[in-house]
Amino acid sequence: MTPVLGAALVVLAAIALYTVFGGADFGGGVWDLLASGPRRDAQRDAISNAIGPVWESNHVWLIFAIVTLFTCFPPAFADVATNLNAPLTLALVGIVLRGAAFVFRNHASDAVTLARSWTLVFGASSIVAPFFLGDAAGALATGRYAWTSPFALSVGLFAVTLCAQVAAVFLLRETNDSALREDFRRRAIRATLAVWIAGIIPALLARGAEPSFYAALTGPAARIAIAAALLLGVVVMLLVARHRDGLARVAVGAEVLAVLGGWFGAQFPALVPGRWTLESAASSPAMLEAFLIAAACGAVVLIPSLVLLFAVFKRGAGAGTSESATGQLH
Amino acid sequence: MDQVIAARAQMGTSLAFHIVFAALGVGLPLLVVMAEGLWLRTKKRAYYDLARTWSKGMAILFAVGAVSGTILSFELGLLWPVFMRYAGGIIGLPFSLEGFAFFIEAIFIGLYLYGWDRLSPRAHWLSGLPIVISGAVSAAFVTTANAWMNMPAGFRLENGKVVDVHPIAAMLSPPWAVEVLHTTIAAYVVTGFGAAAVCAFALLRKTAEDRRDQVRAGLTIAMIVAAIAIPLQWIVGDVIARFDADNEPAKFASLEALFKTQRNAPITVGGIVGNDGVRYGIVIPNGLSLLVAFDPNAEVKGLDRIPENDRPPVAAVHYSFDTMVGSASLLLLVAIAWTIAALRKRAAPRWLLIGIALCGPVSVLAMEAGWFVTEFGRQPWIARGLLRTSDAVTIAPGLDVQFYGFSLVYVVLAATCWWLLRRVGTKPRGGERTDIARSAS
Repeated sequence: MTPVLGAALVVLAAIALYTVFGGADFGGGVWDLLASGPRRDAQRDAISNAIGPVWESNHVWLIFAIVTLFTCFPPAFADVATNLNAPLTLALVGIVLRGAAFVFRNHASDAVTLARSWTLVFGASSIVAPFFLGDAAGALATGRYAWTSPFALSVGLFAVTLCAQVAAVFLLRETNDSALREDFRRRAIRATLAVWIAGIIPALLARGAEPSFYAALTGPAARIAIAAALLLGVVVMLLVARHRDGLARVAVGAEVLAVLGGWFGAQFPALVPGRWTLESAASSPAMLEAFLIAAACGAVVLIPSLVLLFAVFKRGAGAGTSESATGQLH
Repeated sequence: MDQVIAARAQMGTSLAFHIVFAALGVGLPLLVVMAEGLWLRTKKRAYYDLARTWSKGMAILFAVGAVSGTILSFELGLLWPVFMRYAGGIIGLPFSLEGFAFFIEAIFIGLYLYGWDRLSPRAHWLSGLPIVISGAVSAAFVTTANAWMNMPAGFRLENGKVVDVHPIAAMLSPPWAVEVLHTTIAAYVVTGFGAAAVCAFALLRKTAEDRRDQVRAGLTIAMIVAAIAIPLQWIVGDVIARFDADNEPAKFASLEALFKTQRNAPITVGGIVGNDGVRYGIVIPNGLSLLVAFDPNAEVKGLDRIPENDRPPVAAVHYSFDTMVGSASLLLLVAIAWTIAALRKRAAPRWLLIGIALCGPVSVLAMEAGWFVTEFGRQPWIARGLLRTSDAVTIAPGLDVQFYGFSLVYVVLAATCWWLLRRVGTKPRGGERTDIARSAS
């Protein structure tokens, strides 16, 4: 494997992990906004407890993807940052407000108006961020940077539904309350249907408006990945309906990876189709090698730490946590 | 708004905002770990309450620091794509390493904040240590990138193209060590004085009579950190001044507002900076020559040695420098007074509490001013001698709207943060459902 390919794999891994875990946190915000019914506050508490300990480290995958891009593929990074300035700025506003609002509303607990306002900001920004990240990804994948095109916007919508689906499935195992769990189960099934519908739209739009990207999507690698994504969507639906919540988690994660695989497969080895390939955008070999060595050393510290974090907070359903907003959001 | 001005305004505002949260993000974990460690040792309830209160503040401050840091990592590309195209492949390594350090910080802050009931007291305390270490380490890595901007190294230019990149040499450009020390110590100065000021303020206003022990303990722990950090900061600052005199003459001449190269160069404090000299400043004869070379006859390079279009904005650098040194002088005096009182085992008298309370905002002022010195002092370059700031800016439209938009976001975040932190500080103890007996056993 060449250093260029190694660096590209690091970027892809970071994007994939951010989409699954960061996406689940955004999806949690979506369900927070849509919390309803007799257990509305309990839904919000479960979401807070699930996101609380992990959202900051999940968020670092994004930072890591960015620094890896500008370290290893600087001209492509500069090109993307210039041409997708507007959607990335909007996504950034969403990311910033989401993080701040989440912590503010948890600590403003008994100041009702303030907590309510920030809860609203938390939910709304959890839609804004993945929408514009998805939009930017769609605009990049076509190589045209047309972020206001129907295609790019439809990818944004698809990204939001994907986040909501992952979150609903993940939340199934974040509570011991069976009524609450059934709330999330209904949401998981609806979200899976929404993912299918929202997934068809960009495909149809690409067929008419983005012929070159559509052609790439029908290439062998992308085709396999998309077929896998569709199949996994069905599997998620079945597992959720049959209360196999642990397996459903794995399946929904795999489904997201397959979706990303379709995108990456379609445009490989282009970094920005028609503009930058991995090779043409790559830093010097010295830089790539130094980066890969650093990444390997970093992984030695990072992986056990992540395992520890998830072992402490994600083993078994959501027992109470001390900094949570439990019972405070009324 | 002019494109370069708009981009600089946005970047400057973002950094000025983030640096406060970043500094507290580096320093606060140390204070919290000290307080919790004292609780483990002495089993005194006040230390436990203190650690809990501080860790709540840390939760809010760290989150705002994380999101405002995200703004910066985006803005590198959104505002300065030309710079990143040039520099990413040379100085990307410390950013990548900082990414890992930030990861460790975020992971263990999750464990620490949410682990009070889930981990044994000892394991919980241990989970704080990686935050202390990785916070300092990430500050260090990011500062090496700034050092490189001051003195780009680790590559050659061949017909305008960057060749022969040595990532490690770039990361360890000449100013790295002094800059890293100065920035990291600044974080402890600001956190120490900041936390001490909050405690002093509470003692003065008598707003925490039911928790006097906790507030006194907080004052002592925070002042220990501050009183150790501020003299060290003076020593490092002195080393940097001499380093700059040798290696960054434009910055040095600007911060001292020395227009003419001369022997027996004086130190000029304050004054009105004109186009070719300073009027009404306080002049210390021979001061600068003595400072730079320990010899009153030593020659010091002035701005006349710097081509006119390579000169920094002298007034901004000079006033920022004087503000930094003036503020740091007050910090040092208060730290000395507190140390004397503490060594005599006396409680800090009222006038000293007032001084300490004042040092909170003053320490932030010192840090911001120091940041201005290094950033204004590097202008008109974004990477000195390599790329001008005006050539590095994006061509994307709408920067003025972005500037106003983000400024509004900062105002809202700062106001909410302030309001929440006041509640954390003034709310009576309790709210935690932790059973102290269980935790202490």
